[in-house]
Amino acid sequence: MIEFRNVSFSYDRQQPVVEGLSFSIRKGESVGLIGANGAGKSTIMKLLLGLLSGDGQILVDGLELNKKNLAAVRQKIGFVLQDSDNQMFMPTVYEDMCFGPLNYGLSREETDARVDAVLKSLGIEKLKHCYNHKISGGEKRMAAIATILAMEPEAILMDEPSTALDPVNRRTVINTIRRLPQTKLIASHDLDMILDTCQRVILLSRGKIVADGPVEEILYNRELLEGNRMELPFCLQGRRENYR
Amino acid sequence: MDQITRAHVELREMDALAAEDSPVHRLHPLCKLLVTVFYIAAVVSFPKYDFSALAVMVLYPVLLFQAAGIPVGLCFYRLRIVLPLVCAVGLVNPFLDHTPLLRLGGLTVTGGWVSMVTLMMKGVFSLMASFLLIATTPMDSICAALRKLHVPGILVTLLLLTYRYIGVLMEQVAVMTDAYRLRAPGQKGLHISAWGSFLGQLLLRSMDRAEELYGSMQLRGFRGEYHYARLDGLKWKDWVFGAVCLGLFAAARWVNIPALLGSLFVR
Repeated sequence: MIEFRNVSFSYDRQQPVVEGLSFSIRKGESVGLIGANGAGKSTIMKLLLGLLSGDGQILVDGLELNKKNLAAVRQKIGFVLQDSDNQMFMPTVYEDMCFGPLNYGLSREETDARVDAVLKSLGIEKLKHCYNHKISGGEKRMAAIATILAMEPEAILMDEPSTALDPVNRRTVINTIRRLPQTKLIASHDLDMILDTCQRVILLSRGKIVADGPVEEILYNRELLEGNRMELPFCLQGRRENYR
Repeated sequence: MDQITRAHVELREMDALAAEDSPVHRLHPLCKLLVTVFYIAAVVSFPKYDFSALAVMVLYPVLLFQAAGIPVGLCFYRLRIVLPLVCAVGLVNPFLDHTPLLRLGGLTVTGGWVSMVTLMMKGVFSLMASFLLIATTPMDSICAALRKLHVPGILVTLLLLTYRYIGVLMEQVAVMTDAYRLRAPGQKGLHISAWGSFLGQLLLRSMDRAEELYGSMQLRGFRGEYHYARLDGLKWKDWVFGAVCLGLFAAARWVNIPALLGSLFVR
């Protein structure tokens, strides 16, 4: 579904932010992207969305990411931003959800049907006509996910989806992510959430892939994590039998 | 709540106000937009000394505010910052125009004073009508109406995004002002030495935020053409409303109604 072939990027053409990245993500796979601040997680997401362009090749569902294919690629990928306020720019949740489908040429009727279906599947029908500035952070995060799902993307990228949420809202978001059938790439420092939602983890350090493997192999490895300015998920800390 | 936050909340509340339901809210946005434009054109076209004829024009916004269930006071409250500026426009007139127009007892009222009052009235009435339009019509629908009038898409999108970005800018100002005040206790306002860096930071942060928002729009297929609210066709009530309003504006413009009414009683 997603393939990076020797991708590099730097802002100033001197210090690379990501360097020689090669990895692929299968359809339906749920992958966590972890690493310390500045490791290149957000840059990878922006490269994949065509918001930044670097060297190398990026393929999405067989389509090479270039100017010609940009719209088609973006239609296949939904991006849930870290700050929901930056994502929800329309007055109401309903209008925000309509924005993407209408831009992709759906009629009002089709868009309305899609919006209702997504709200129902997430159990947030009550938010439909709410004003974005009046809903809570947790509701806003759910609404932000809904705006992306309304576009029916084949893959979803999420940048820190659990930050600034209380435990109950965090759990709601995690359960929602788990239920989504799409291919998922989730960048986060919340390793407990990654443990709950992903099958595979890519660990980055200074723009390079340090480890790539099943979640149990990487997130249980204290030495590997601590060597890359990370630590074990909280749920595993203090339980020696769980880590090497 | 500080001034910036309050202003931000008030701006957001305009959307809520426009989404309410009343006979005025239900009128077609295109009809309301055209009537507002004609109203403002009629108001500004009154001769500078004709304030008594102009006074009758206040009825349009006042009556429609009543019909929309919006207190007129709210309009003046929300426009409290702009109104003094509008009124200030005519302040120099009394010094420039000394033509005697009428005598009240021993007092000579010059053309400057009359034209000042007329100018103030024109400004206030125009603002009231504009406020009425945005308080009873969502911005999306106003933009859709503008597109119906074949106003270029780029201008309409610019208008809509500016309206949306004002909120973003105000949020940034509120956050930065709070951060400043928390580290400058007892200080009233922003010290002049901090103005430069404050504005610079505000610009940079706003640009970052605007870029994020624009990126988010692009990722959801935005290519410069916004899909505005769907507008149905004009109904008979819209035609009637438009025709009655335009007729009354024309009548008020060409016939001095207060003078006419006065002549019925005073000979």
